Amino acid sequence: MRFVDEFRDADKARALSAKITSLCEPGREYKFMEVCGGHTHTIYKHGLEDYLPENITLVHGPGCPVCVIPMGRIDDSIHIARRPGVLMTSFGDMMRVPGSGGNFFDSNAEGTNIRMVYSPLDSLKVARQNPDMHVVFMAIGFETTAPSTAMTLLRAEREGIENFSVFCNHITIIPAIKAILDSPDLRLDGFIGPGHVSTVIGCRPYEFIARDYGKPIVVSGFEPLDILQSIYLLMLQLREGRAEVENQYSRVVPWDGNRTALRVIAETMELRPYFEWRGLGFISHSALRIRGKYARFDAELKFEVPGVRVADPKACQCGEVLKGVLKPWECKVFGTACTPETPIGTCMVSPEGACAAYYNFGRFTRTRVREASLS
Amino acid sequence: MCLGIPGEVIEVLTDRPDLARVDVSGVKRAINIGLLSEEAVGPGDWVLIHVGFALSKIDEGEAKAAMEFLEGIGKAYEDEIAALRDSEIL
Repeated sequence: MRFVDEFRDADKARALSAKITSLCEPGREYKFMEVCGGHTHTIYKHGLEDYLPENITLVHGPGCPVCVIPMGRIDDSIHIARRPGVLMTSFGDMMRVPGSGGNFFDSNAEGTNIRMVYSPLDSLKVARQNPDMHVVFMAIGFETTAPSTAMTLLRAEREGIENFSVFCNHITIIPAIKAILDSPDLRLDGFIGPGHVSTVIGCRPYEFIARDYGKPIVVSGFEPLDILQSIYLLMLQLREGRAEVENQYSRVVPWDGNRTALRVIAETMELRPYFEWRGLGFISHSALRIRGKYARFDAELKFEVPGVRVADPKACQCGEVLKGVLKPWECKVFGTACTPETPIGTCMVSPEGACAAYYNFGRFTRTRVREASLS
Repeated sequence: MCLGIPGEVIEVLTDRPDLARVDVSGVKRAINIGLLSEEAVGPGDWVLIHVGFALSKIDEGEAKAAMEFLEGIGKAYEDEIAALRDSEIL
């Protein structure tokens, strides 16, 4: 417990809270976006908004890979899984994400074989064990999971595994942040930068936020005190008229990222011209596809993929939540028709999704309970 | 999936130096350490694991804090550990 107390000391939280408050300019409203769903989770779990003055609002960003995958890609996956002889694998998080005709479990009830795996490498094992089947790994995730898919592709090539391919849905965080900065819907004062994505990409890719948009960003850890300290650093930058990239999470995130991981991604994947994000629409150069050199492992080339664009259900407002325009509880179906057990939208499926985090911690409204214990 | 889970390295496999045996909440499994090729990894080191791959080395304090954070997430973390238990990375 000694270790953990260091990050969760309620006295320290109150001290940071006071420092943050002292930096607020009277009459000014501040809006910071936490990009990563893991941060959203910490904020709700520990009621961090209650430690902030009322003129600071935290806006939840698109950093939940399950949340931003558009319905059409789920339908495309099921289309591939229905081909004769195909065995599909994907992460457990994906199984309950609804497509227009149901999720992967529903699809399996109708005869497809979509299996959960922990790691893309497990898919290779499934391929070795099922030489008569073609195994398609449905890959999703930001730069935290893309290197794993890349390493798996390299392994498949080295071993000459023929009955394996990847349906690549990897996305990259920087173009999404840029799309949000360019969106007229939202005026932000700064960003709480993602933690684990940054272990791969490092801090340099965020420099454009400071340079071109004049806004501060602080890469942050996941503990309550990390996030409060990051907000303090953002406020300090604003107060001093600075816009810089700072690394609050340097105990894990190296400034240059993980160069081996970046190298294997670049070796096996390239940017797509554009990709659809739920809520954010089509964003240029925001996703990865398999490079031509590895075309024989590209499920999109191997199978006919309909690529049909499917609109979200009318009742679902995940798009507005993902853009930070709407708070989860402001969605019409939040907690009624849409719950973690029967999700309509993706933000309720993943534990990193803003709606699931809100729902699970019962923070339906913002109340100021300053005396609440942090843990 | 986006959240790393901390594991303590028990040993690097002698016949497969890209694999290490780690202990994650008492579950002992092989993971791939090929993405840490620029760093030395050995017994007693803590690493953050994403879908079967170590992405960064961390210290013990960070590992304990990360573990508490994940345990607080509840079911999703239990599912992740269950998936890791079933995983067999070769």
